[in-house]
This record gives sequence, C-alpha cells and structure tokens, in this order.
Amino acid sequence: MTSIQYEIRRKGESRSFPTEHPFLDGASAEADIAVLLGDGAEGPGAGGGADLSAYKCVVVELGNESLAFHTGGCEMPESSNVVGFSRWRLGDAAPSNLIELVAEKGTRAGAVSAARDIFLQAGFEVSDCADRIGRIVDRLIRPHFNLALRAIDDGLAEPDDLDECLKLGLGYRKGILSPLLASNVALHHDVTASLFHVYGQSQYAPPRQAVVAKALAASARGSAR
Amino acid sequence: MEAGKGSLTAGVAGAGTMGTGIAITIARAGIPVTLFDVSADALSRAQRQIFEFVDASVARGKMTSEAAETARAALRLAAEPDALASCDVMVEAVFEHLPTKHELLSSLDRICGPDTLFLTNASTLSIAEIAAGSGRPDRVVGAHYCLPAQMMKLVEMSRGLLTSEESWRRAWEFQLATGQKPVETRDRPGFVLNHFCIPYHNDAIRMIDAGVAEPASIDRAMKAAMGFAMGPLELIDLIGLDTQLRASEALFSVTNDPRAAPPPLLRRMVAAGLLGRKSRRGFYTYGSDAVYGA
Repeated sequence: MTSIQYEIRRKGESRSFPTEHPFLDGASAEADIAVLLGDGAEGPGAGGGADLSAYKCVVVELGNESLAFHTGGCEMPESSNVVGFSRWRLGDAAPSNLIELVAEKGTRAGAVSAARDIFLQAGFEVSDCADRIGRIVDRLIRPHFNLALRAIDDGLAEPDDLDECLKLGLGYRKGILSPLLASNVALHHDVTASLFHVYGQSQYAPPRQAVVAKALAASARGSAR
Repeated sequence: MEAGKGSLTAGVAGAGTMGTGIAITIARAGIPVTLFDVSADALSRAQRQIFEFVDASVARGKMTSEAAETARAALRLAAEPDALASCDVMVEAVFEHLPTKHELLSSLDRICGPDTLFLTNASTLSIAEIAAGSGRPDRVVGAHYCLPAQMMKLVEMSRGLLTSEESWRRAWEFQLATGQKPVETRDRPGFVLNHFCIPYHNDAIRMIDAGVAEPASIDRAMKAAMGFAMGPLELIDLIGLDTQLRASEALFSVTNDPRAAPPPLLRRMVAAGLLGRKSRRGFYTYGSDAVYGA
C-alpha cells in the first residue's frame, strides 16, 4: 500500500510531539498535506500569514484554543482546507496515542479524511470532534480530576482506596489520582481554569490542590529569576 | 453464619441485569441461591443468561465442568417471595427507587427469619434511609456490586447508622465466601463509583446531544487517552440506559448537582426503548442480549 505523503512545518515547541517519533520521521520534503507543529502555529491564520490554500489539507496543532482562531474567527469560512489536531497529553507525562481531530462545518470532507489518514497510517487512535474548547477528553476528564481532588479533601476515601475502587469497579486501569498527581498538577490547573473561563460550570473550577500547585509553580519561577 | 459456606443459603430479589449477575457470583461459589422476580419473563431470561455465562466460562477454561454443574444446581428460580423464607442472606437488587426498596424489604421482613441479613444493592440511595423502611435496620448493610457483577470483584460496602457490628461482620464474610472483594465506603450519595461515573456519563451524553462528537469517537478517545477499559457510552449501554436514568434521578434528588441531572437525550432514548445491551440497541447496536462475558 502506498503511504500518504505529508510535509511538516515546525515553529516553536510542540506538545504533541516533544521528542522524536516515527510520525516526524515519516514526513516528506514536499507534499500536498502540510502539518503545522508547535506553539508558534498559534496565531491568527493557519501558517502565520503564508498562503496555504493550495494544499489539499493543512493540519494545524492546537493547544487549548479553538480551531476558529486559525481559520477566521467568528466568520466561519464556507470552505476550508484547515483541520485542527491535538495529541492528548496529561501534564508533563508522555503524549498518549490519541489524536483528537477537529473540523468546522465548512471544513472540506476531503481535508478531514486526508488528515485522519496520515495519523491512522502512523498508528494513532483518531477521534473526530467539533470545534469546542477542551474537545472531548479534557471536557470529560478534568471534572473527574477535580472531583477526585475534592473527594480527598472531603474525606470520602483515602487516595489509594479511591483509585482502587475506580480500578476495580470502572476499569480505570491507572486510577484517577495516581496519573494526575504523577503529572504536573499546575498544568492541570491551567487547563481546567481555561475550561471554567469558557463554560462557567463549577465542575471545571480549579480545586484547592490545583490552585496551590499553580501558586507554588509561580513562586518557584519567581525565585529562579 | 460463619466465614465458611457451610449450609448457607442466599436469595436475590430482582432478576434484572444486576440481580442476574449477583446470582452468578453466589451460585458459582456453590451457595444455593434463589433468584426471585415477579416477572416470569425476567426469570426465564435470567436463567438462560446464567446458563449461557456458565457454559461460556467452561468453554474459555475459566470454570471446570464440575464447577459449572455445581453452579447450575445451586440456582433456583422463584416467582413468589415465600420461597425466600429460609434464606440466611438476602440481596435486594431492585430499582433504585426508595419506596420500591422499602416495599420489598418490609415484605421480606415479614417472610424471612429474624436472623436473615439484608444486603441492599443501592447505588445512590442512603443505606440508612433504605434500612429505615426495612423493619430491621440493624440487619441491613449496603453492598453495591459493580456491573457486570459476574465479572467485577469489587463490592462497595457501607454501614447504615443503625447497622450492628454483627451484621457488618456477616455481610463482609458473605462477600469473601462468594469470592468478591469488599471495600468499605462511607454512606454518601453514590459512594465512590457512582459519585464519579454518573456525572461523567451524563457529561458524555450531553456531549453527543450538543454535536461535539459521536459515541464511538468519545469512547475511543477516553480509552486511548486514559487507558480506561471501556468508554462511557459503552459502559452506559452495559449498565442500561434506564438504570443510568434512575440512578441520575436518585443522585440528583439528594445532591442537586447539575451534572447528575438526567440529560434530555437520555430521557428520549429510554422513552424510545433504546436501553443498551439489554434491548440490543442503545448508543450502539448489538447482535444479542447475552450478558457481558458470555
């Protein structure tokens, strides 16, 4: 089977691909699919002003922002070749094997399928979702994390017992608290605070432990200066 | 009743998904168990599902032929509650509806002997409140089994305010005798599991209704990102959408947590008879109503 060709344009650090990966190695020098990696891709207009309209598909890495930030804001284009993606990652932990693929109403079907194919070809699990802040995983898992942190404060269970219940009862193989606490709780604060800002729902409000972790991280940065 | 199985006998009230699974856990331990339901259809379906599960366990090498025969022989079906009179332990697994549980337990209180221990498979209701309508609140213990009960070892055990130490000890030993893993949790709405999964499941349903993603995308995402064994919609289909609806209503009624409130899509699907695996169609379509693991 012929592999699908894609080129990579990197600008700044990529949360999705912070280290070497076969997906990066598999890129071509030139192709009709462009993958824009890095936080430098964040800015009005995909590609930072370059004309990428000739590409069959432009796949732009997303952080916590909406895809619309890259495609024209509130004036959604009737037809677009730009698809958003994010490889889900918990704090400082290694990125997962999940790609959340984001399309708008005007995104061309051919562009979406091309983007999906290059990730499937690289062995990723791909989930399609609409252009919403937090996409799928963050909107579902951040309230879980917040509830777990509050449950500990409220004395519902000890951390190990709580994770044990969730492992045995719901098939959460790693539990909830263990992976969160092993990551960077200050980064969890940033994500859940951004969701709280957008949706205004209490399940996203950063719990005490996340607020403390964020404050300590800020304090440590201040001391380092 | 001592820790060993001895001449222990048990009953399970309610031959739905949960009661059927609980009956399997007891029968395969070789403890005679009477499965009671007023619906002959429910009993017939439960028996078929239990035998299918036992046969599949043998085929997979999870159970010997002798153990399978013991499990089949341990199972009895009853459409009349009088058949439960001699049970040492009764496990109620009826709807998560306080008046329904009170009606059942008060009826069993009149039928069963004074030493019969009542285990209530409540998922969101308070054990103390359930016990208050049982006629024997000192002999009622919360035992929240997980779905699918025949596959999951965990049982969340909770004391009511009046549960006696003796009842608590007997309940714990019963779980060990049936090969389950009891974990003590506080008598709080949802205990640990439903405290987490009911709001989470409702969030996933609202996400579908809002057009954010399709069920398969949501399930795939949660499994790939967090290593969960099942996605939320797969799990709801397994639990039953009607059960998710009732559990949501029960949890919301005691917590007023907006996330616990039943999503409109859940109500619409239940009204349409899309109940999940048990009706062969929920968020996914299924070829049969065989219990999970069969």
